[in-house]
Amino acid sequence: MTGRKRAPGETAMDADPAGPAIDIRGLGKWFGAFKALDGLDLTVARGERLVICGPSGSGKSTLIRTINALEGFEEGEIHVEGIRLTRKPSAVEAVRLRVGMVFQQFNLFPHLTVLQNCTLPLRLVRGLPAAEARERALHYLAKVRIPEQADKFAAQLSGGQQQRVAIARALAMEPRIMLFDEPTSALDPEMVKEVLDTMVQLAAEGMTMMVVTHEMGFARQVADRVIFMDRGKIVEQAPPDEFFARPREERTQAFLQQVLRLH
Amino acid sequence: MHFADNVDYPALLGRPIVFLPGLALLFEALRWWPFGSTAIGRGLTDLFGLSGLSAAADNLAVAGLATLFVGFNLAVVMRLKLRWQVYVVWLELAVLILVFFYSFNLSFDFIARKIGFLLTQGLMMTLYISVASISIASVLALLGAMAKLSSNGVAIGVANFYTSLFRGIPLLMQIYLIYMGLPQLGYVVNAVPAGIAALSLCYGAYMTEIFRAGIESIPKGQWEAARALGLKPNATLLRIILPQAMRVIIPPTGNQFIAMLKDSSLVSVVGVWELMYLARTQGQTEFRHIEMMITASMIYWLFSILLELVQARIERFYGRAHAR
Repeated sequence: MTGRKRAPGETAMDADPAGPAIDIRGLGKWFGAFKALDGLDLTVARGERLVICGPSGSGKSTLIRTINALEGFEEGEIHVEGIRLTRKPSAVEAVRLRVGMVFQQFNLFPHLTVLQNCTLPLRLVRGLPAAEARERALHYLAKVRIPEQADKFAAQLSGGQQQRVAIARALAMEPRIMLFDEPTSALDPEMVKEVLDTMVQLAAEGMTMMVVTHEMGFARQVADRVIFMDRGKIVEQAPPDEFFARPREERTQAFLQQVLRLH
Repeated sequence: MHFADNVDYPALLGRPIVFLPGLALLFEALRWWPFGSTAIGRGLTDLFGLSGLSAAADNLAVAGLATLFVGFNLAVVMRLKLRWQVYVVWLELAVLILVFFYSFNLSFDFIARKIGFLLTQGLMMTLYISVASISIASVLALLGAMAKLSSNGVAIGVANFYTSLFRGIPLLMQIYLIYMGLPQLGYVVNAVPAGIAALSLCYGAYMTEIFRAGIESIPKGQWEAARALGLKPNATLLRIILPQAMRVIIPPTGNQFIAMLKDSSLVSVVGVWELMYLARTQGQTEFRHIEMMITASMIYWLFSILLELVQARIERFYGRAHAR
């Protein structure tokens, strides 16, 4: 990629090009007296598709929100592509350049058009000139199959369309890792599929993905590994075939019974 | 009332059971006033050649005429489209106010002689003070709001003290304090800068709260999305949060601007030749106070209307993403 400004520390800190995408050691986080993450270890390989499930309050959202520094943490270490995540702005900026995120509530910017939602961060963060930002934004909007909505405001789109715009906005920044925080939980049932299809396509292209979701069909189809969390710990992890066919832990079995009965 | 649901209640005034008793009430009120002996009432007497009647009969006739006129007028207006109803009613009330002023037997000759000076000196000074104060107050308000929402204890403390002090002291007192207090510190200020400083500080304090509430009204997810995309704090505030907060900030801020336009008249106490000061002093010379007061009032009102129109435009601009 020529002509774009380098983010601070972008080359200097990419110390480990062959290492894992994300490496988490002994991660601990408190909300007051409540321990949300409890000495958690996790390594995500480059190109790996990880699905995280677990009961509400188990810490799965908190886990992926610590990875791009939306939440802080008190114990342990997080490395993203070899960059150690600290509270220093340079480290946080370098990590956020590599990590894209999609939220349950879409969080599109309602005062901007769909196109502007994608171009504004490209121009402010990546420093692209207007024409180039527009071109790249349209490319990714086409990828999520909504280029014709580019000049509409978010409020004029359906929930599924809004979430696909949010995916395009994150992808346009060309991150190396994508985090999804319950991306289909706020959608009407008939719109879940269009968003999942977009994510399946993204997975097929080799993106490193961490997905918090209760869509077990998606986990079966796409995931390399499924993780079950409870009380801030990883209780069980396995490839999807094994995870769904032969869950070992009692808590996993109980959770799967709950979730699968509904689907 | 028209709420945004699908239930269309018939307008109150369109129902005979409200309309007719309403008119009867109006007639009784006019009779009891007695409307016949007011300037407008006497005008009606002359207009319809009723001068031969006794006072009581005249009052009765005038009250009846006025009631009939109001009833007819309402019946016509109720048949217009909503937009036109608003315009017509507004204009009619404005005419009523003007007629009220006209009934004071004003010397228009005196007003014509003085209005040039009121406009070139008084209005210009009022506008100068208002525009300067509005600009400075807006900057102070943004800084104050950012300080209050920051995680810096010193900034929060300074901002809290600032809003507490300048919202807690009467504006008139602030003008005196700055004009007469600063020289105690060895710094002599002129009346105009002192007035601008007082207005800016006072309105900046009120507007700090407006800006803070506006910024706080934006959901946390907007900050998070901007951060996750890599936007820095300043860019997030200026490009993502503030443009959305404007929808909440503009209406009360418009209020503040209009209030400040008129509160700039308080600066007259330190001898600034603005609109209010000139209206008072020019009226005194020939004992024509009411002429100057009404003229100045109309000028203030005119410019308030201007601000209302500007506010409506800005509101439309920031609301465009939410238009249906």
